[in-house]
Amino acid sequence: MKYFGLIWAGLWRKKARTIFTMLSIVVAFLLFGLLQGINQGFNQAVQNLNLDRLYVSAKSDMTDGLPIAYLERIKAVPGVRAVSYWSYFGGYYQNSNNALPAFATDAEQLFKVYREIKVNPEYIEAMQRTRTGALVSDQLAKQYGWKVGDRIPVGTSIWTNKEGSNTWYFDIVGTFDLSAFGAGFPSFYLNHAYFKEAAAFGDGVVHYYLVGLDKPTLATQVSKQIDTMFENSSYETRTQTESALFQMQMKQIGDINFIANAIVGAVLFTLLFLTANTMMQSVRERTSELAVLKTLGFSDTKVLALVLVEALLLCVFAAAMGLFLASLVFPALKPIFGDFKMPLVVVGFGAGMALVLALVSGLPPAWRARQLNIVDALAGR
Amino acid sequence: MAALVTLRNVKKSYVRGKQKVEVLHGVDLEVEAGEFTALMGPSGSGKTTMLNLMAGLDQPTSGEVIVGTDRIDKLSRSALTDWRARNIGFIFQFYNLLPVLTAEANVEVPLLLTTLSRSQRRQRVQTALQLVGLADRAKHKPNELSGGQQQRVAIARAIVSDPTLLVCDEPTGDLDRENAEEIMNLLKALNRSQGKTIVMVTHDPRAAEYATRELHLDKGRLSREEVRHVA
Ligand SMILES: Nc1ncnc2c1ncn2[C@@H]1O[C@H](COP(=O)(O)OP(=O)(O)OP(=O)(O)O)[C@@H](O)[C@H]1O
Ligand SMILES: [Mg+2]
Repeated sequence: MKYFGLIWAGLWRKKARTIFTMLSIVVAFLLFGLLQGINQGFNQAVQNLNLDRLYVSAKSDMTDGLPIAYLERIKAVPGVRAVSYWSYFGGYYQNSNNALPAFATDAEQLFKVYREIKVNPEYIEAMQRTRTGALVSDQLAKQYGWKVGDRIPVGTSIWTNKEGSNTWYFDIVGTFDLSAFGAGFPSFYLNHAYFKEAAAFGDGVVHYYLVGLDKPTLATQVSKQIDTMFENSSYETRTQTESALFQMQMKQIGDINFIANAIVGAVLFTLLFLTANTMMQSVRERTSELAVLKTLGFSDTKVLALVLVEALLLCVFAAAMGLFLASLVFPALKPIFGDFKMPLVVVGFGAGMALVLALVSGLPPAWRARQLNIVDALAGR
Repeated sequence: MAALVTLRNVKKSYVRGKQKVEVLHGVDLEVEAGEFTALMGPSGSGKTTMLNLMAGLDQPTSGEVIVGTDRIDKLSRSALTDWRARNIGFIFQFYNLLPVLTAEANVEVPLLLTTLSRSQRRQRVQTALQLVGLADRAKHKPNELSGGQQQRVAIARAIVSDPTLLVCDEPTGDLDRENAEEIMNLLKALNRSQGKTIVMVTHDPRAAEYATRELHLDKGRLSREEVRHVA
């Protein structure tokens, strides 16, 4: 590409202006990459959710809870593969700033419902043997420096125990790998039987029954059946699929899709004018230089191409920088979304947009350069 | 000897708004290979217009323009562009170098249009810069050079692709006496020792003295001619 030097020099004829324009494009594409990436991440997370899991909570309000006695009746529904449950325990370690996502559950059944969680079977057995046992995620163990065999105090402002104390002691009997799930997923499990017996009140109230199905196609049928079963009882239920639950939670954050598109649209629109203006100005300034090139034998098409490639170079390079920076930020989002990389479709779409930006902002000045009349331009007319 | 440049009854008019203005009213001229022609005349007499026609930058309204064996008034716009690259070297009053490129990169520009390899281009650029005495300024940008030096770079650019004809439009118009003399000596040397055919528009009678032939244009007509016999 022997014309590269010519194009490159043209691009940097006003360094400050080129850098400013470039930075604007970099920032815009960084924003685009982040927002669209996160957006895609959400969509992907929803799609990756298991349709073969149901969540049963109290119809009135999740916090009202359901009796533990529902367990056997839900288990008996045809199509149900495994049932476990979560009773919210909460609590904190050492001081109330270190909140723990602690839940009382039947761990053995829980790992049957969530087959994505990786756990050593020996730990499950240890949990069953140890009434005061606790299983924690690798990450949580690392965070507080817990090891198997440690006995740790957990404070709670809700669950006073039968000795009248607000501090419970648990023995860490094992850890599990929760990396398939994002932040906020329960990561501290205690034995529900112990919880039910030792808590001064509550009688082992269950906040969510977690139902694993034989196959995803049964979801609608089984959830209807469960809700019908408890209709008109004192504890009516509401059964949801995992993705419905997730989407409901996400709605509270707002319509991410819409916000992402609106922001990116506005930014790109502004960018289009900025870049087009830079290119037009740059071509206006060198009317006589372009005329000289034509005088020396550069064809109209060649001159058009020089200007267009200059715009392409500017836009594509800066856009690539922006997307690259965005992709660097993504690993930092891992705790929120779980395993998560910059989606390829966003990179592809970004590249397409950079091309459109280059063409739309580069074509008018390139066309102007093409149409330039040598004799008039040389005479300064 | 056959003429290198022939103008036959060349007329050129411009349309400004509704008005048609004839600038050249039927010019006949022959320039022979190896001649150094100075074209003089008052401002607005049509000197630049005539030069542009010979150089294939513009087309006559009527008449014939022949350079070498080519009827360039018959060439299409794009054919004319290619033809210029192969046949004409240009030198302007304001040098018209590309400010973002170094002297050597400026000189290289016409060679980008040829099939020469990178090293061949280097070689030629080097030779041209040596010929104008600026080999040591190859890496300088135009704004780091004096007017006279810039014009010498422009001359190097004009001769680097070894054109048939050099056209100069007031090459000393923007220079002081000393620099003007230097440039004129350089053009004279190119003419005498390299055998370059040169057509030069100038207002300066002193510059015209370097030429072998002096033409006068007045209101679009050639009015008189002097032939000098210089060594
Ligand atoms: N493209 C054009 N459109 C309209 N008029 C033109 C055009 N080019 C030249 N003219 C007119 O033609 C006449 C001759 O112009 P030209 O540039 O050839 O003169 P010149 O002899 O080179 O003058 P100067 O010594 O001032 O450079 C002028 O009156 C000029 O205004
Ligand atoms: Mg003129």
